[in-house]
Amino acid sequence: MEEAIATYREEAGELLAELETSLLDLEETPDDNDLINRVFRAMHTIKGSGAMFGFDEIAGFTHEVETVFDMVRNGKMTVTKRLLDLTLKSRDHISYLLNIPEGEELDRSEGDEIIAGLRQLVPQIEMPQKGSDEVPVIELPALSEDELANECTWRIRFRPAHNILMCGTNPISLINELRGLGKAHVVAQFDEIPALDELVGENCYIYWDIILTTTRGEDAIKDVFIFVEDDCDIKIELIDRSGLIDREEGYKKLGYILVERGDLSPVEMQKVLMLQKRFGELLVEQGIVSPEKVQSALVEQQHVKSVRKERSEAPPQEAAASIRVPAERLDQLINLVGEMVTVQAHLSQVSFAGGDPTFIAISEEVERLTNELRDTALNIRMLPIGSTFSKFKRLVRDLSSELGKEIEMETFGAETELDKTVIEKLNDPLVHIIRNCIDHGIEMPEVRKAAGKSSHGTVCLGAEHSGDSVLVTIRDDGGGLDRDRIRAKAIERGLISATAEVSDKEIYAQIFAPGFSTAEKVTSVSGRGVGMDVVKRGIDGLRGSIGVDSVSGAGTTITLKIPLTLAIIDSLLVKIGKDHFVLPLAAVEECVELTAEDIKNSHGRNLANVRGVIIPYIPLRQHFRIRDQRPEIEQIVIADIHGTKVGFVVDHVVGEHQTVIKSLGKMYRDVKGVSGATILGDGTVALILDMSVLLQSIEKLEHAGM
Amino acid sequence: MSVAGITETVQYLTFKLSDEVFALDVAKVREILEITNITKVPQTPDFMRGVINLRGSVVPVIDMRLKFGMSETEQTVNTCIIVVEVNMDGDTTVLGALADSVQEVVEMEPESIEASPHIGTKLNTDFIRGMGKVDCRFVMILDIDKVFSSDELAVVQGAGD
Repeated sequence: MEEAIATYREEAGELLAELETSLLDLEETPDDNDLINRVFRAMHTIKGSGAMFGFDEIAGFTHEVETVFDMVRNGKMTVTKRLLDLTLKSRDHISYLLNIPEGEELDRSEGDEIIAGLRQLVPQIEMPQKGSDEVPVIELPALSEDELANECTWRIRFRPAHNILMCGTNPISLINELRGLGKAHVVAQFDEIPALDELVGENCYIYWDIILTTTRGEDAIKDVFIFVEDDCDIKIELIDRSGLIDREEGYKKLGYILVERGDLSPVEMQKVLMLQKRFGELLVEQGIVSPEKVQSALVEQQHVKSVRKERSEAPPQEAAASIRVPAERLDQLINLVGEMVTVQAHLSQVSFAGGDPTFIAISEEVERLTNELRDTALNIRMLPIGSTFSKFKRLVRDLSSELGKEIEMETFGAETELDKTVIEKLNDPLVHIIRNCIDHGIEMPEVRKAAGKSSHGTVCLGAEHSGDSVLVTIRDDGGGLDRDRIRAKAIERGLISATAEVSDKEIYAQIFAPGFSTAEKVTSVSGRGVGMDVVKRGIDGLRGSIGVDSVSGAGTTITLKIPLTLAIIDSLLVKIGKDHFVLPLAAVEECVELTAEDIKNSHGRNLANVRGVIIPYIPLRQHFRIRDQRPEIEQIVIADIHGTKVGFVVDHVVGEHQTVIKSLGKMYRDVKGVSGATILGDGTVALILDMSVLLQSIEKLEHAGM
Repeated sequence: MSVAGITETVQYLTFKLSDEVFALDVAKVREILEITNITKVPQTPDFMRGVINLRGSVVPVIDMRLKFGMSETEQTVNTCIIVVEVNMDGDTTVLGALADSVQEVVEMEPESIEASPHIGTKLNTDFIRGMGKVDCRFVMILDIDKVFSSDELAVVQGAGD
């Protein structure tokens, strides 16, 4: 049961996310029936399985909201902004109810408020007046004369899956629910009950025919079966109503002919209907209809079926195409692949040293397979980034109304895939950037109009692939960054010198400094100068980089460059003394030689002249206090770190290396400049250097020394 | 006379640092390795010898002799890495500890273990759970969680700057 509850929580979480997306989409296209149905379905499932797993509070609350949406679905109410506001609030409330820690007193006031609001929207319909903590039964609004005219009769064949009882569903209660919808005749069919020796006591072999006359539509009937429709065979047919849909009419008549001729009893006809092929053959044999007509009827029937199937089963079908796997199992797979990559590196090394061509061929084959395996394994963890976009839509919607601004959100590249952990870690930085866009970037509607822009602003969030990275772009069409104010503030805080000529880019980069804010007042949204620092650290943690571009009066664009995955990187393997180090290849630009002569020529300053350009370098040997003899010719690995070129001096450059990143663990968490370790082909450990942190710590050291 | 906290007969792994015999609760020991290639992590104190590859995971190795103020462990045929599981801030961390040689596994009755004297051991008394006796020799039973507590290893923080 514990497990079932955990699964329910997880599923409800997903449903809530879907609900939110649908609601936000509904805001743009309020007439979209598909969306309304999606909202309804999500709520119905949350309610139903909530009641099943003892989340009575959720079931009761959701029922109230669902009732309102049922009216929307039946066209008795229109989608308004107020309704969506309340429904979004309900979504939050359900989420709160879902995650409430055990034993904690729950706060009903919020829920009661929402329900009161919803009730105001539908004053003409009597809402159930009972405590929201009771599991609701479906309540019927009083039938109006108009509705009575819409009365129709349905034939329902409910053939439950044999194991339905073991799944915890009582078919009788479903049938009773159907009875609640209107006048019903229920006939149980026993012909499938096997002989006693084959009978399994726990199975349900009975199926039912229900003839139901109701004013509620087909959807109401389907809703009764919503939880069992995947496993059970449920047929709902309209048998008495004036305005039948054409294609269904054609389908019906075939059966009626036979019944009228007395060749088939209704029960037999039902049975034959279940085996449609034989039904068609029967018709042909009897010479009532030509084979072509039967064929066409069958096509039609197939069509109706498939249309229905698409309509009602679309979400379950999607679910069947994917498997839910615990994240740790994936991590384990990635670890194993990582070890495999390591062993493969060793194998290649040994095979090349041996020189046996057959051996080398095998080793190359293994290398190819390992690479494919690695790519596939890493791909499994990839998720489309769009899953987070709807959350931001909500953020924009709520914040803009709070601040009295008119802001729309556009997204692109929602299908761009990124590692799951990366997406999770991107969340906080994106929240802060978007909050900033809304609060500082986009102006008030009046200001925008005065500047000749349309009164509502746009925040555009998008993602696209670029080499081995993903570019996440956040663009607003607001006022842009105030270059002079940032500069003045940066000078005031001593971040840049007053006389220095600084490029726009460097000035804009100042907004990421901790505590940096040009805002005169702190609002509830931003202004404390914390947010952008969080962004910077978050992106650094992902080994990503940030670019800011701004045009005064036209808006700001922030581009985050994020590596695709965190587990395995391409890198450059270098050697200092006996130790190996690994530099992430993404930032490396080139390698040049550094001779003793060059060192002498630069008068002991750590500056190298590379094709006429002065490049500062860091002698890693000295920095790491490695005591071995320095070789005659050293190598400078030149890297681009946030736009500045810096050299790292090493003894030898060994070559490119596929690096499986391993954590150094708690003990070394405070070592600066080393971001992890990897295991080389021969089993020794090499350290992965974090070049930007190294540079920072050296900058600090040098400044302190001056 | 016995030490609070030691109430059951427990097996201990004894090992030598220099000529002295120390002991560890066997439950804390995961395995014993021969000394392998240790990769030094720059800008860390000397007693943190570096990291090793333990079947694909990276495990830090600590020189217990340096930690206890003796001279650095030298590599001999007998030098071992005792892989222990240490409880650090509530998490179990795997660590390697360098020892000159590993002796044996012995059982010690709680009655035969005495509290360590406050002075005279020349060691931080927090590190010692008690003094046991094996074959008429004193054995210092280490409290490995304390020796490798995050406070003790916090020295690293300062060294990084």
